[in-house]
Amino acid sequence: MKTRDTLLTLIALAVFVLLLGLADRTMGNYAMRILNLSAIYIVLALSLNLVNGFTGLFSLGCAGFMAVGAYVSALLTMSPDAKEMNFFLEPLTPWLQHLTLPFGIALIAGGVCAAIAGLIIGIPVLRLKDDYLAIATLGFGEIIRVIITNYQGLTNGAQGLKSIPKYSTTWVVWGVALLTILFMSRLVRSSYGRQLKAVRDDEIAAEAMGVNVFRVKVASFTISSFMAGVGGAMLGHMITTIDPKMFSFMLTFNILLIVVLGGNGSISGSVIASIGVTVLMEAMRFLDEPLNFLFVKTDGLPGLRMVVFSALLMIVVLFRQRGLMGDRELSWERLAKAGLLPRSKKGGLA
Amino acid sequence: MDLATFLQQLANAASLGSLYSLIAIGYTMVYGILRLINFAHGDVFMLGGYFAFYLVGSAFMPWWVALIVAIALSAIFGICLERVAYRPLRDSPRISLMISAIGASFLIENLCVVLFSGRPKSFPSIPLLDTVVNFGSVSVLSVSLIIPVITAIMLVVLLFVVHKTKTGMAMRAVATDVEAARLMAIDVNWVISITFGIGSALAGLGGIMWAAKYPQLNPLMGIMPGLKCFIAAVIGGIGDIGGAVLGGFLLGFIEIMVAAFLPQLTGYRDAFSFVLLILVLLLKPAGLLGKRLSVKV
Amino acid sequence: MKLVTNGATMRFGGLVAVSALNLEVDKSEIVGLIGPNGAGKTTAFNMITGVYEPTEGRVVFEGRDITGTKPHRITEAGIARTFQNIRLFSTMSVLENVLVGSTVREKANWINSVLGTPGYRRNAKEAREFAMELLADTGLADNAGEQATSLPYGKQRRLEIARALASRPSLLLLDEPAAGMNPQESIELMEFIHQIRERFDLSILLIEHHMQVVMGVCSRMYVLDYGVMIAHGTPGEIRRDPKVIEAYLGVD
Repeated sequence: MKTRDTLLTLIALAVFVLLLGLADRTMGNYAMRILNLSAIYIVLALSLNLVNGFTGLFSLGCAGFMAVGAYVSALLTMSPDAKEMNFFLEPLTPWLQHLTLPFGIALIAGGVCAAIAGLIIGIPVLRLKDDYLAIATLGFGEIIRVIITNYQGLTNGAQGLKSIPKYSTTWVVWGVALLTILFMSRLVRSSYGRQLKAVRDDEIAAEAMGVNVFRVKVASFTISSFMAGVGGAMLGHMITTIDPKMFSFMLTFNILLIVVLGGNGSISGSVIASIGVTVLMEAMRFLDEPLNFLFVKTDGLPGLRMVVFSALLMIVVLFRQRGLMGDRELSWERLAKAGLLPRSKKGGLA
Repeated sequence: MDLATFLQQLANAASLGSLYSLIAIGYTMVYGILRLINFAHGDVFMLGGYFAFYLVGSAFMPWWVALIVAIALSAIFGICLERVAYRPLRDSPRISLMISAIGASFLIENLCVVLFSGRPKSFPSIPLLDTVVNFGSVSVLSVSLIIPVITAIMLVVLLFVVHKTKTGMAMRAVATDVEAARLMAIDVNWVISITFGIGSALAGLGGIMWAAKYPQLNPLMGIMPGLKCFIAAVIGGIGDIGGAVLGGFLLGFIEIMVAAFLPQLTGYRDAFSFVLLILVLLLKPAGLLGKRLSVKV
Repeated sequence: MKLVTNGATMRFGGLVAVSALNLEVDKSEIVGLIGPNGAGKTTAFNMITGVYEPTEGRVVFEGRDITGTKPHRITEAGIARTFQNIRLFSTMSVLENVLVGSTVREKANWINSVLGTPGYRRNAKEAREFAMELLADTGLADNAGEQATSLPYGKQRRLEIARALASRPSLLLLDEPAAGMNPQESIELMEFIHQIRERFDLSILLIEHHMQVVMGVCSRMYVLDYGVMIAHGTPGEIRRDPKVIEAYLGVD
């Protein structure tokens, strides 16, 4: 059924692209922004899923790598004028001041720098187990944030960067998201993907079967950091201002929430959850605002939104640990089984 | 730097260190028994402060009764937290427990933001804790002197309980091997509840002392201290109460001394603990006083 | 000499788990390593396969010193093993478990995997075919798509062996492969071990607790007790050795 699957996938892709184009033309800015934000979250969720779900490494440093990607790409695309306006407390390092590169290069550079950070952090830290790894990566995320906050001459410190060019258009973010999904599905189904899962399931057995466990962990961590960097860069170029406070543990938590909800170890789960949670987060904004609905009038309760989300995470982890999809994928086979697709004449499945 | 300033900083370091120790003990006890990093521990610390704030402020009872009640409430809260967020996941992979802990932490923090408002509150003045004491040119708040004393007392009491009482033995048994402890008719659930209760009481106490010292409360005040105290526990040797105290003092000491001697690095203050943590994890993962655990192949 | 350990000693702090072990496994031999529980047999395996680095002594395989080499390199060199407590990959199918065994021969990395280069595809196909063969040999062909941990115990043990064989070893280390099996199953397993020895031209080092089972299949045996080798020889000699009888009391 491989040909049937490929054909169906291509058709779905074409339909999606069509719908996206339609949406871009007809839906308002606000709605498009939410849609595009979900695309960015897809990339981020998949990056976390790669290390956590598929390789079994509990890493909490996501936000740090995002920050690296965001700052690097912002600094490389901002015009010299914008830079001068921003760096009023302390001038930007000279060689960066007049450097302006096209978005494509800046995006990749952001990813590469994040990957390098991942490599540097990963090599010492990936020897640690479980909780220690989590705390160490959390620690590094914070260290990155503190460095950004203090390194005035490079990052403009706590003031952050404003007037970042708005390069994250619909096609860019969704293009990257689709590429990421493609990359992940190919990786996960391949022999190398099996190595990742073996490390996740039983490190000792994996090593005994010839898997270079440490190298696999480092590779997974580095690739994931690259993806997080790209995601962070796209985020920066969408909301046009970044500052160190953005890249806190809260951000990592949001992504963790998405991954857990969708299923740790499921690509389709992450995709669905990214879109779902992003939309939900926006829809729930009203919880934080003053409410004036019929007879109900409340003053805004800021934080209520996060209360709901934290509660949601807890409910999922307590009652349905596996999240929406567990470690299964949405596939044409499954849809056919569920009766949503006509079965093939041969009957049965591949 | 002259002697007076040095002594001043030393006093600050001692009181900060003992505060960290109080909280670190709770982390280390819970980790020793459940192998769980109780992310929400820092929030119990915060809650202790708020409980005291409302109870002392309400003037229903003498301040010292209010403090005791606040500590008791913290202990109860900790026990309930365990029941709700951790017990159902006892047999699940450790990652699920961790996610639950993180979720619980965020839930508590944001709930408090909603209930108590994010604006900082001023802790009511308690004469015993607020008096300024002078030793020559060194002046400290009385609470800064009381904290180390309390920490020392707590340490002695806890060590006695853990090593010389049946309950303590049960705790050590559960920390070593849960299944075997269960087979020895030890009520594991009860032991775990007690551990959480003690740890949370100490955290609540720490929160009260903290609020008295830096008299400001806000719902997110537990995050940084919480993280730092976990780091302190790891540095000292996770699972070891003495290690938690050692780690707490070490961390407090380094923080104050660096801020005093290297003021240009003040912005990086929070990062120190993390750098220290990573160094310890890489060089001596069991911590300064800890033992190595090995996996059976 | 295929495998030689020379004075291999394993100390954990003050505890000596294995003391000065000298053993040899020659080409095409099936050698047994027996002894009461806790004698240090699995520790010996762990020293050979690189899980532990021997505190003293050497491990030499096909003339190369492999003392303290990392496990995955040892697998590359041609030694594969199974585990006393079955360690299958719980989220993967029977076939996928075996395929992990081929990792070391496949040379797949993340780049060629994602791109699907011709070289990668060829290796993957070969690995898959070989894996299916192994499953057929171990009687697991019908279970290929099932989740590995849903198999009955006996089949799980055979799966572990199939997985180990996927790395095309020249020396196979089996850690209590008959544990938990009834006498009939044990006999079948031992026949199976004979067969794979022929089929894949293997040398086999076997830890076993069931004396009867191991007597029938090994040409030579080493007996460990409290980490020390107390006897070594043919099954006949071992059976009559008073030290062994004392250590074991001949009880199964």
